[in-house]
Amino acid sequence: MIRRTLAVAVKELLQLKRDWRSTATLLGMPLVLLLIYGFALSFDVQHIRLAVIDHDGTQAARDVAQAFLESGYFDLIHRGHDQRVLDGLFDSGRAQAAIVIPDRYGADLEAGRAISVQFVLDGSDSQTATTILSYARQIVGSLSPVVRTPGGLAPIAPRPLVWYNPDLSSSRFLVPGLVAFILMITSVIATSLAVVREKEHGTMESLRATPLLAIELLLGKTLPYLLVASLSAAGSLLLAWALFGVPLHGSPLWLALVTLLFLFGGLGWGVLISTLSDTQQVAFQLGLLSTMLPTLLLSGFIFPISSMPKAVQLVTHIVPARYYLVALREIILKGAGPAVWWSQIVGLAVFAVAVLTLATVRTIRSL
Amino acid sequence: MRTLLNLLVKELLQLKRDPKILPILFVAPVIQLLVLGYAATTDIKHVELAVCDLDHTTASRELVDHFTSSTYFQLVSAVPSQDRLDPLLESGAARIALTIPAGFAADRISGRPGTVQIVADGSDAMAGTIGLGYAMTAVQLDSALGGVTSQVEVRPKVLYNPDLLSRNFMVPGVLAMISMVMTMMLTAMALVREREVGTMEQLLVTPLKPGQLILGKLLPYALVGFIEILTALPLVLYWFQVPLRGSLALLLVLCLPFMLCTLGLGLLVSTLTQTQQQAMMLAAFVFMLPQIYLSGFIFPIQNMPKLFQLLTYVVPLRYFVVILRGVFLKGVGLAVLWPQVLALLGLGAVILALARLRFQRQL
Repeated sequence: MIRRTLAVAVKELLQLKRDWRSTATLLGMPLVLLLIYGFALSFDVQHIRLAVIDHDGTQAARDVAQAFLESGYFDLIHRGHDQRVLDGLFDSGRAQAAIVIPDRYGADLEAGRAISVQFVLDGSDSQTATTILSYARQIVGSLSPVVRTPGGLAPIAPRPLVWYNPDLSSSRFLVPGLVAFILMITSVIATSLAVVREKEHGTMESLRATPLLAIELLLGKTLPYLLVASLSAAGSLLLAWALFGVPLHGSPLWLALVTLLFLFGGLGWGVLISTLSDTQQVAFQLGLLSTMLPTLLLSGFIFPISSMPKAVQLVTHIVPARYYLVALREIILKGAGPAVWWSQIVGLAVFAVAVLTLATVRTIRSL
Repeated sequence: MRTLLNLLVKELLQLKRDPKILPILFVAPVIQLLVLGYAATTDIKHVELAVCDLDHTTASRELVDHFTSSTYFQLVSAVPSQDRLDPLLESGAARIALTIPAGFAADRISGRPGTVQIVADGSDAMAGTIGLGYAMTAVQLDSALGGVTSQVEVRPKVLYNPDLLSRNFMVPGVLAMISMVMTMMLTAMALVREREVGTMEQLLVTPLKPGQLILGKLLPYALVGFIEILTALPLVLYWFQVPLRGSLALLLVLCLPFMLCTLGLGLLVSTLTQTQQQAMMLAAFVFMLPQIYLSGFIFPIQNMPKLFQLLTYVVPLRYFVVILRGVFLKGVGLAVLWPQVLALLGLGAVILALARLRFQRQL
């Protein structure tokens, strides 16, 4: 069995060599993509376009505007006294946030009276809006004197501490996710056309005439791509470490094992798609539809799984990147051992075995 | 015109012949929208919280109540000693850990600020940051009840999306991405397949002009894409209840210049590649990923390095995102959105011209 599997693998390797352009793409693309998007993407919100409407005009009011600009998060795009311009500024998207300082602000501040400052913001991007609002609260809070009611308790001083990613840098968090996302797409693309191409070109019959078993055929088709994908995975992880400062706190061996399992699952998924489709077009559609958006949105890469509705959380269990991502973050950011993420390994292994079994059953039936 | 019509019918017939493609074209987008529309939420709720209260006073219990009574936190564990918190964070069972030291209430009564420690798991930066933000707010709130307020208060007024529901924007965005992926893939395959199967020669000896051939390949898929949007739109409006403040007609019309770009990109892919595999890689890696990442849909453009900000100007989805936000949430019309429409039309024209040029050279 091993000999026959290897024979198919060698044949497939030869084909990979002949189509060296595709092979080079499979090898190099993950690195290029990681390089580009690793630099481009971040959740940190900066250069917020701020309009200041100052009804007061005192020095105290100017201090507020100044504090916003000095925070480094805001860019001033408009300063004036007339609130009516705000509609136009927000509708056209020129302003993202506006602070409206009431008249008598300076006088009230001096007299110790309570003041409320209106802060208008564009909520259409809700996440950015939430972040902007918390910046604004911090800035205004730092300017404002604290008032204590007599006999009341003293304030609470929270001491926040962030573990595993002390400066909450989003690259340290996003880059592992990006690696998982890119590898998933690459591995599915690599194999999703592998079997269906033989069907479409009519060479499936010749394969059928050989004494090959279905499982040998599929394993033989998967192995060469596993080699290619492992190489590009190793490259991507190295790049993440060297360029983006993503640390490796855990064991490299565990990392390799988890990555191999994940790639195997991804490639197996591609093979399954390939056996399910009769034309490359269908395989192409299925391949991209089942990986691109689901891996992006359902893996916990960007959107935390715990905030999704229960039913959708269930669906995420058939997205292999979900398991890989958890294991990846645990191993490289936290340095945790298998006791913590063994369930992810089980998830990945079950997925890989399930898709390859399904693919084998499908192939046997169509043989 | 007749020849064009013939080609259109031929393409549609070909689509119909593959029994598996129809469900993919019309059922898959609906299912995807249903699942992904729910998944794409940045409204963080139920952040897993672990508490270690070493003070055991009314004040400390009130603080804990403040955390647990909101929907933002879900108390997973209350532990008696601080070192029991570590394994909870390590295993990911808790994302935020709150420690109230002994003497917390006594300090506050005697006028010293009472310190509490909040540890956030930063390995998931989004949940970590937002969870930490919630925690700080809860602490402030508790402080205020205890008799401390700040003199200047921020009164937020959120325009367009007062409840800050991420769904209101994410769902239309997901629809745009799904239709982009579908239309681009379909057209990307259109010419490559003819070339691979060898029927390209036959098409070339027909009296069809290259422009007609391209048009004949684009129109059926434009039709398919438009029908897809029409079937998915009711879901967006009635199932997810995304408010549509602008005009529905305008929204539908403005889908056209966007589809012109995605269809054109698909066509360009098919003139640049020899095999369907190459087409798939080129479409996925070079044309789809930038649309997803550089469009401002998930990652705000203003945070990107300058070079990448420049790059986003050639990404059609970037303009469509502004259009979607404008029509759905802001209720604005062409008076505001014309620059986006012009940009999409311009990009579409350039893409089609490039595809046409490539196509001619291959003849």
